[in-house]
Formats: sequence, structure tokens, C-alpha cells
Amino acid sequence: MNLFASLRFRIATLFQRSQMNAEIEEELRSHIQHRADDLETSGMARTEAERRARIEFGGQERVREEVHQALGGNFFDTLVQDVRLSLRVLRKSPGFTLVAVLTLALAIGANAVVFAILDALILRPLNVPHANSLWAIERGSSKAINHSYPDYLDLRDRNRSFEDLAAYNVTGVGLDTGNNPSSAWILETTGNYFDALGAQPYLGRFFHASDEHGPNSAPYIVLTHAFWHTHFQDDRGVVGRVVQLNKHPFTILGVAAPEFRGTLTFLSPDFWVPLVNQEQVEGANVLNDRSNRGILMVLGHLKPGVTPAQAISDLNSVGAYLEKSYPKDDGNMTFALTRPGLAGDWLGGPMRGFLTGLMLLAGLILLAACANLGSLFAARAADRSREVALRLALGSKRTRILRTLFTEALVISLVGGAVGLWGSVALLRELRVWQPLPTAPISLPVNPDVNVYLVALLLALVSGFLFGAVPMRQVLRTNPYEVVKLGSSGRTGRRITVRDLLLVMQIAICAVLVTSSMVAVRGLMRSLHSNFGFEPTNATLLETSLSMSGYSGDNVPIMQKRMIDALETIPGVKSVGSIDRLPLYYGANSSNVFSDKAADLRPANAAAEAVLYNISPEYFDAARTTLLAGRSFSWHDDKNSPRVAVVNREFTRKLFGSVSNALAGDYKMPDGTRIQVVGIVEDGKYGSLAENPQPAMFLPVLQSPSSQTTLVVRSNRDQQQLVAAMRNKVTELDAGLPFTIRTWTQELESALFPSRMATLALGVLGVMGAMLSITGIFGMAAYSVSKRLRELGIRIALGGQRREVLQAALGRAFKLLAFGSAAGLLLGILASRVLASIVYQATPRDPLVLAGVILVMSLLGLVATWIPARRALSINPMILLRDE
Amino acid sequence: MTDQAQLLPGTLDLLILRAVALGPLHGYGILLRIGQISGNALLIEQGALYPGLFRLVRQGLLKATWGTSDNNRRAKFYELTATGRKRLREETANWNRLVAAITSALAVQPEEV
Repeated sequence: MNLFASLRFRIATLFQRSQMNAEIEEELRSHIQHRADDLETSGMARTEAERRARIEFGGQERVREEVHQALGGNFFDTLVQDVRLSLRVLRKSPGFTLVAVLTLALAIGANAVVFAILDALILRPLNVPHANSLWAIERGSSKAINHSYPDYLDLRDRNRSFEDLAAYNVTGVGLDTGNNPSSAWILETTGNYFDALGAQPYLGRFFHASDEHGPNSAPYIVLTHAFWHTHFQDDRGVVGRVVQLNKHPFTILGVAAPEFRGTLTFLSPDFWVPLVNQEQVEGANVLNDRSNRGILMVLGHLKPGVTPAQAISDLNSVGAYLEKSYPKDDGNMTFALTRPGLAGDWLGGPMRGFLTGLMLLAGLILLAACANLGSLFAARAADRSREVALRLALGSKRTRILRTLFTEALVISLVGGAVGLWGSVALLRELRVWQPLPTAPISLPVNPDVNVYLVALLLALVSGFLFGAVPMRQVLRTNPYEVVKLGSSGRTGRRITVRDLLLVMQIAICAVLVTSSMVAVRGLMRSLHSNFGFEPTNATLLETSLSMSGYSGDNVPIMQKRMIDALETIPGVKSVGSIDRLPLYYGANSSNVFSDKAADLRPANAAAEAVLYNISPEYFDAARTTLLAGRSFSWHDDKNSPRVAVVNREFTRKLFGSVSNALAGDYKMPDGTRIQVVGIVEDGKYGSLAENPQPAMFLPVLQSPSSQTTLVVRSNRDQQQLVAAMRNKVTELDAGLPFTIRTWTQELESALFPSRMATLALGVLGVMGAMLSITGIFGMAAYSVSKRLRELGIRIALGGQRREVLQAALGRAFKLLAFGSAAGLLLGILASRVLASIVYQATPRDPLVLAGVILVMSLLGLVATWIPARRALSINPMILLRDE
Repeated sequence: MTDQAQLLPGTLDLLILRAVALGPLHGYGILLRIGQISGNALLIEQGALYPGLFRLVRQGLLKATWGTSDNNRRAKFYELTATGRKRLREETANWNRLVAAITSALAVQPEEV
């Protein structure tokens, strides 16, 4: 019989089973009747004859069973039978079933969610053809992925390894498709971007390298499918339409395919615009400035047969050429390749590390859950040893009994897996549409797809087998005779058992999670109350880009001054200042600075790389940044007066050695400009909350204009009234200016986002770990009490003290708890080092954390052993001994 | 009962085929026939017959039809198919060879080795 026919037969017998049973029954009945007939003719009464015949025949059920087995249809049959039996057994102990299913649902659900995020951000390549050969170029030892446009051109034209190199920037623009100025997030790309990636349009066409003819020569837009859907209602007539971008006319060329949403996995931009139109888009053109590394990323497909190592050495030879040709601008031009999806290693590295760590923790949780369920199963198997023994004595095969136990485990794990998957899919759907930050188009492209389902199924099966296997040895060893005679296996193992190890491991995992989540929470709390170098409470921000409304050059500071003056007239506003880019906001601009004595201004000779802000004179007042010495700017620090700067304490330390030396001192910018320090302010946080003190300089907006404008409005007034008043004032000045208003506290959300997420994830896993530990310790303690009831009863009968009884009953559980906690705490402290790179000031050397962990673990132990302890103390020796 | 021999594994099928070869029989009838042709020397549990019967039907060696017995009761009658008849011949030959071999092996005297 071939496989297919056999399978079909098996399935057919499965469905015909009841029909078969009826036939067998009839045949057996006929058999017995015939036998009874014979007995009757030999002189027996009819009823007696039938009774005899039935007795002679024996168990009909067994015959039916054997017939089914003989027909070979027994695999599915037995399976169905086993599943039915398991369901019946599980229904009899709903508490156990519920705990087991929920435990697994949580553990498998957590794994599915973490895996889906890992898959979306790291495992899945970008949605372009041949994503395996797509690489982005990193520069220098700091692995920076930003480059200058002239360097990009040299890299593109001089390398021999890439098919083509494209480059792009992320930026915000003002878009007006009629009478509705709004801001949008775009990718500014080189003309060859789509062709280099190999992307295909969904509608219309893309722009190409041939469309570029110098600055502002390609006023074209390619929409993402999502933006086309939400803002143009899938209108196919959109191709060829002219819209206003920063008050400049741009033509919509086409729409990209739905699955192509740019080259950053976590970012969903609205449309693409050619980089040659940078002046119209960003307000200034820096494409000819080799020292301005404003291109976010350079990427391309390797030629077939070229290895990454070959490409790197090729790029390095171009780098050597650049260093030699442009010593003033280009230093440290060594290159490496990285995957483009996570914006290189500066973001991708920690993200990969964190997600891998999270996956590992989730795996540990599942392992702990399995250990837990394994112990529960072992305990149940021990409690059922009499049943097992009876079944063995009645001739059941050991394999058959194991099979039922495994089926039980698998039923639980599959149901748990299904529940967990259901929950995680719901959560993932939420995550998918979740926009964590109001200020940036960050989104998680999670997709509960086949991969996730497969992983969940696999985990469910594996965990089912894992915890189903724990009681296996127990069953195999069961000696029916001994068990039936003794009542239960009277042994109380003193040795360290596998179960003890499992429990210690589980407690350790829990302690790791509790430690790291506490470290994270403490770090987060501290970072919320740390000194940022500004005061976010009671400050409201108005953000705009003046270039979006057509301001450029000298008009920019004039407009900024008018806005500041207008906002200051709002009653209740104490001060208003402007800054080009807020600290802690998607990285800051920075520049090399040189000591005044430096003559050779090549990058290698720089005294420091300082963060650079362009501010209005009132900024420090509005932001509440403390001035340590000297003065702030005034509106007289303009183009006609000497260049001045206010620097922070770290800047003075790096360039002048001390605060007192710095005041009235000079330093040089890379282009040779001399700038005098007129004031010194406190250190703050500029790039991230976790950073070490960084040098920073503030330049007056009149001497160093920037169309990027964020107005900081300090006021104690009611937020809603203030926002309305601000809106009115700005619209009065320029009705076509797109802007956003929010509080500085809201703005900080984005800076705190990574540590928030890390804390949340660790917290959730920590709580799950704690729950697992409670059930684990509870199971173990309850089991050991129930096993030793007789011994404890005798102790009580002989006058044992409560303390002694408790020690006998639960001493082991507490010993294991202490051991596991200590190990976990130690591991948690080690793990926190990783955490310190994500969560600001996350340090495990914190007495509060240590005390907290010990407190939590003891509480867990207390909660988990409470019920078993009550049971041990309430033993009534009389009843107990009578029972036995 | 004690002088009845245990069946060798696999021989029940052969006995069933042999019993049925003499004419269509229902289950109980097969049991009686085996008893009759073996001189009641073999111990067969009544229930043990049926898995074998179903298996032989499944293998296409027997054909089963519902009919009425001599006692005027509904019963399932089994008869040999052509394949069954062929199989019976082969198995009988096999058995004879086996018995001959084992008999001669057991009959060997020490001096003959």
C-alpha cells in the first residue's frame, strides 16, 4: 500500500470508527448468541446460558481495541483517544490546567512578540531586490555613516566594487497641496537612488540620474504608497500634479510600490525628493562643502562576485586618495560596510544587542516556564503513581502510558501556544500602527506572518516535549507491585535532584530579570530628575523651519526676531528664545574646533569636536541654562561685530584647561574663523541622556543664521490658552508657515524613548519571571509538604515546635531560593553593564537596587510558601495516622 | 483444559484460512471447526479470533458477507477469496517445511553429529 492510500485508509477508518464499532458489536453479539444456543441445547436455561457465554467470551472492549489495532488505523485512533483522555484528565483539575496554559501562553506569547520585532528590525532584509548585496558605507573608527556630498561623488565615481552608489538624507519639509500647509517627512535622495536599489514604481515613474542638472534642477516628488493612500485617497490622477513644497512648485512623478518604504526599517517617510534641490528643501545648499558631512547615508549593491572585504580595500584606496587631496577636510578616511536598515552600527549595534538580549531573556523565561511545568508534571505523575501502577498491572504498556502523558503535555503546550500567539498577534497589530513619537515618523514594521506562527508552534512543541519528558524516568521506573503495596513511593530524596536544579535556575533567571528591571527603573527615574542643562517644565516649544515658508539668508534672523517679539507680548510669558535644533533631538550639529595657536587646521589637529547650536540672545533665559561666567549674547552681536560664542564648562576644560582661562579667550573654527568666548554656561545633555559630558558652543543667530527654528516659550500660564495665543500670534505674522507646538516635557519623550522601552520590556519580563518563580517555588514547597505529611505529622505528634516543623517542611525550598537569588543577583549585576549603554545612569552598584532585589525575592518566597506552610502547620497527626 | 497446547504466534491465521477453506463459516463456526479439525487440542480464546478475521479481510484473503445461520440468527460469514486460497497453499507448504526441519533437528541423536 503506498503512503497516500495508507493515509487515506487511516483517515477513513478514523471517520468510520463508529460504524465499524457497530458492526463488530453485532458480530460479537451473534457469536455469543450462537455459543448460548449450544449451551442451551446441552441443557442449560436460556438466561444462564447467555450469562455463561458472555463470561466465556471475556472483555468485548478489548477485542474491539485489538480489531482496530489489527487494522492498522491505530495511530490516529490512539491519538484521538489520547487527546480525549487528556482533555478528560485536564478537565478534572482545572486549576492545574489553567495555571499551566496561562504560564505557557505568557511565555510563548512573549517569545513571539520579541521574535516578531527582532524579525522586523534585524532578521528581515530591506524590501529591495538582492538585499543581500546591499551595503551602506561607514567611515572612520567611530563608524559614522554620514558623509559629505563631494566625498560621496568621489566614492561613487572612483570605486570599482559597487554597481552604483546612492545617497540620501532624512528631513522635514512643508507641503501644500492646495490650501493646507502641513509638514511631512521625506527622504532627499540622489537621482540614481531608485535605480541603484532596483526599486520599481507602482504608478507613474521614478526620477533618475538623468533628471539632475545642477542645483534645484529636479523639482520632482515620488510618493510612498502609504502617503498616496492617506493624503491623495489613491487618486491615480495624481501623477503630473504640481504641489507646493516649501513654497516651491514640485511635480509628482509617481508612487512607489507598497512594500518599498525607503531604506530605514524603522522609519516611514512620506515621499522622496531629489537631493540636488537641497536649497529649496532645506533652505541652504551644502552640496559643495566637503567638510559638511550632512549626507545621512551612502549605499549600494556590490557587483556580483565582489566580496565585502574586497570592496572595503577598494574604498580604502579611494579614502587614501581623498586624505591626500583634501587634507583640510578629510581625515581618518577608512571605511567599513554595514547593513543600511538600522542606520549603521551607531544605532543598529545597541539595537541589535538589546533585541538579542531580550530574545535571550524571553527564551530563558520559556525555559523557566518549562522547568516549572516539568516539576508540576513530575509531581502530578507522582501523585498518579497509583493509577500508573494499576494500569501497568492491568497490562497496559509503558510506552502507551508515556504516550498519554506526552499527549497531555502537548495538549497543554499547544493550547498555551495558541492562546499566547493570539495575544501576541493582537499586541503586534497594535504595535504596527503605533507611532511612539509625535515628532518623527518612527514605526515598527512588525508583521505577524508565517515566520512568527512557525516560531510559536515550534516553541510550543519543543516546550511540550521538554516538560513532558520530566516525569518520564519516574514512569519507566514504576514498579506496579511495590507501589500498590506501599501506597506511594515513600522515599523522600535528600539528594540534589534535576528538579532542584531546574528550580534554582528558574529563580536565578527571575532574579536576573528583577535586578535588571530595577536597575533600569532606577536609571530612568534618575534621568528624569537629572540636570539636562535646561529646565523642561513650564517650557512650551514652537518648532518650524523658516525655509518651508520661503525665508532665506538675512530674512531668517529678522523673522525669528519678529516671532520672538510677538510671542513675548502674550500675557504671562516670561521669556522667549530661539535655538536651531533642540538638545537631545535626533543628534546635534557639531564641528571641529581648534586652539587659537593652531596653524594647520586639518581634522587630525582638532582640539575637540564640539556640539554647535545657533541661538537667539534670550535662549539661555528661556531654557533656564545657568550662566556660570561672562555674558550672554545681545541683538548687537551681529555680522558687523566680532564673532563671539558662549561655551559650556566641558568646552573650556578641553580647550583652555579651566573656566577662568576661557573667558575672553579665542579659538578657531575649521575655516579659520576666530571666535571669542564671552560667556560660559553649565554642561548639559546634547546627544543622548547616557552620554558623558561633551563640549558645546552656542553661536548668536545673527552671526550664524539657521532657518531651523525652535522657539522656547517660558510661561506659567495655562497650557491650552498659551498654545492658542501662540498659534494666533504666529499666524498673524505669516499665515503660510507650517509649525508644531508642544511642551518640552513631551519633546523629551523622544530622548527618553529608548530607556522607556528598555525599562518597559525588562519590567514586563521581570513580572513574568516573578510569577513563574512564585508558581515554581509554590509547586515545589507544596509537593514536598504533601510528600512528607506523615513525617511532619509524627514530628508534631512527638511535640515538635512550629519552627522545627516549618524548617523540615520548607527549609529546602528556602535554601534553593537563597541560592538561586544570589546567583541571579550576581548575573543581573553583570548584565546591567549592557543596560548602561541604553538606560541613562543604570548602575547596579546602587544600595537601593540591591536591597530592592533582596526584598522582592524574599517577598516572592514568602508568598509562594505561605499556603504550603499553613498546610504543614495545620497537620492533625491523629487524622493523618488514622488515614494511613 | 491443561492438555491443550498454546498456539504458536502467527499460526491462528493459518488455522482460520484452513477452517474456512472447507466452506463459508461465521466466527463462532470457525472456532468450532478449528476445535473439530484439531481434535480440540488447541486453546483459542474466543475473542482472539476476531482481530485475525478482520485483518484477513483487510488483506483480501477472506470475504465477509452477512447472512443467516443454521440457528436462524444473523451472522457474518467468511469465505476464502482466490488470493486466500493461494496463500493457504503457500503457508501450508511453508509450515510443512518448517515442521519437517524442526522435527528432524529434534530427532538428531548425539552420535549422528
